[in-house]
Amino acid sequence: MLTAIILITLLGSIFGLGLGWAAGKFKVASDPVVDQIDSVLPQTQCGQCNYPGCRPYAEAIASGEAEINQCPPGGEAGIKALADLLGVEPTPLNPENGKEKPKAVAVIDEQTCIGCTLCIQACPVDAIVGAAKLMHTVIEAECTGCDLCLPPCPVDCIDMVVKAPEVSEWTWPRPLAGNT
Amino acid sequence: MKHDLVKQARSAGEHLYHFHGGLRLRHNKKISCQIPVEKTPLATRYYVPLLQQSGREAEPLVSAGQKVLKGDSLGCFDHFGGGHVHAPTSGSVSAIASHPISHPSGDDGRCVVIRPDGLDQWRELEPVENWEHADPSELRRIIRESGIVGLGGAVFPTGFKVDRASDHAIHTLILNGSECEPYISCDEMLMREQPDAIILGARILQKAVGASRVVIAIEDQMGVVNTALTSAVKTSGAENIDVIKVTTIYPEGGEKQLIKVLTGVEVPSGGRPTDLGLLCQNVATATAVTRAVLEGKPLVERIVTVTGSGVRKPRNLLAQIGTPISNLIDQCGGYAPDAARLILGGPMMGYALASDSNPVIKAANCILVLTEDDIQPPQPEMPCIRCGECARVCPAILLPQALNSSIRSELWEDATELGLADCIECGCCDFVCPSHIPLVDWFRFGKAKLRSLKVEREQAEAARERFEAREIRLERVKRERKQRIANKKAAMQSDREKQQKIAAAIERVRSRKGEDS
Repeated sequence: MLTAIILITLLGSIFGLGLGWAAGKFKVASDPVVDQIDSVLPQTQCGQCNYPGCRPYAEAIASGEAEINQCPPGGEAGIKALADLLGVEPTPLNPENGKEKPKAVAVIDEQTCIGCTLCIQACPVDAIVGAAKLMHTVIEAECTGCDLCLPPCPVDCIDMVVKAPEVSEWTWPRPLAGNT
Repeated sequence: MKHDLVKQARSAGEHLYHFHGGLRLRHNKKISCQIPVEKTPLATRYYVPLLQQSGREAEPLVSAGQKVLKGDSLGCFDHFGGGHVHAPTSGSVSAIASHPISHPSGDDGRCVVIRPDGLDQWRELEPVENWEHADPSELRRIIRESGIVGLGGAVFPTGFKVDRASDHAIHTLILNGSECEPYISCDEMLMREQPDAIILGARILQKAVGASRVVIAIEDQMGVVNTALTSAVKTSGAENIDVIKVTTIYPEGGEKQLIKVLTGVEVPSGGRPTDLGLLCQNVATATAVTRAVLEGKPLVERIVTVTGSGVRKPRNLLAQIGTPISNLIDQCGGYAPDAARLILGGPMMGYALASDSNPVIKAANCILVLTEDDIQPPQPEMPCIRCGECARVCPAILLPQALNSSIRSELWEDATELGLADCIECGCCDFVCPSHIPLVDWFRFGKAKLRSLKVEREQAEAARERFEAREIRLERVKRERKQRIANKKAAMQSDREKQQKIAAAIERVRSRKGEDS
């Protein structure tokens, strides 16, 4: 009887110490749920969800403040991924936040641009280069298509262009579904 | 573990193994092997697609109206270590225009259209005088710049493959002559007619990557080829070149399947043969290397099998890249009256072309013309009955039925875990499926989707990093501005104090003066 009590107490304290040590040693600095949600979001940083970027929206979802259907660039697929991740039912995209659109890139009409730098300041991913009173241009590969550069432009010289895929980018389409 | 695999891979060809699954198919090769390979006569127009190899289109280096000589560069690639696409004959560029490009999409792409001047005059050629004493890196440079790609059909740039291989300790070069798909006989005819060029190419490639051995794999049904190659090896006096006959089971000519047959080792999923110290090249690629190094000629032509019951005289032709396919058909006596379908590639992995105005491309190993009788009427797709036949024949040891259901349900993580990326699209599962499920169509779709998801993920990751970097920068700028304002305020403060002190001093002096007077 005594041996058992001593043994159990001993084991208990060993495990307790071990867990206490591990809690300090392997402490996770940031909230893993926020990280996971953030990794599902498209990182467009467009703010259409009413939060100033994808990470703030991820934080809002994690705290239960925001719904999962507020991200138009992520679209239905994004909502489904969030629903899978959080174990909730997918809901249709909230039309107040916008519509799902094919990915476009901003193109500056370089003849019209007056070099005011306002779009450069608006771009959330620093994808526009240029300087005051000099022509600006968009780094196509870095543009997320967030539309944030459109409103500040005083001469309305930015267009969102949906790029037609080249032949080399062609991929096999989804076969016509029959039975499984 | 890896060391053991490499060790076993060293014994390539000493003992033959089996790969999983596969099919014994009717060969149908003899019909196109009856007459020697003939060169196609000059065409009236050449349409050279700028999309010739895996990756993106080349940037054109010529413009309309410009004169070009045979072998001049028409465009250069900016990926996979560069590379060029060359003029198939001398003449003038009449346009860079949109034209069918023999692509599975059936879409048009940019082509350099060449009007030949009839002289077929080469540019100034710079052959390597003494390749045996050339620097391996110099040989690799020539291979890279000669536009050589894997001529087995995958058209992966050989220069890039060889460059990448030279970073690994390659011990064995495998030349793949086991042309396993029915109907295709271009490699067989090449091995019969130009065994010396193949052996030379093998030795040049061997030097370029520093391999100590060469194994040439051929099918056991290619009797004449064996004698031709063996005697060519003998006359070349080269040591360490073995010709190995492998059993004819489709798809034993797949790179990973062939390696399994020769060494008993499986190339790990996601890995490359170079990890095992092996480099695999097609025999036609080896002859292209010979031409490039010894004659200075870039890749502008290839042997194409024109075959099937829909063409009158099936045979192999040496065709310039860019020749309209209709020219090749004419040279083979034209279509049979009941010709119904034009396929680029073989019956298992090829794709249908909408018209014979499509040009010959570097990937065109075979042009197959089928008749109504050859084409099975499309069978209605039935539910999967879980018979497991697809898994039994899969040479990549996958579970096609499980993959199929995960792709249809768009469960991409499941599909990834089931090894979708390892599917070689050989069509064996399709062939045996009693429910006529178009499995390979689904796998092609799924593989494309996995790749695009990966690209999207990477782009999102890059956007996040840029966003975070910007946030940090804005924060810093804000802090710095605050600091500057604070500094200014402090400076003003101290200015004011100074002036007060001065004023006080003046005041003191004045008052003292007042006292004195």
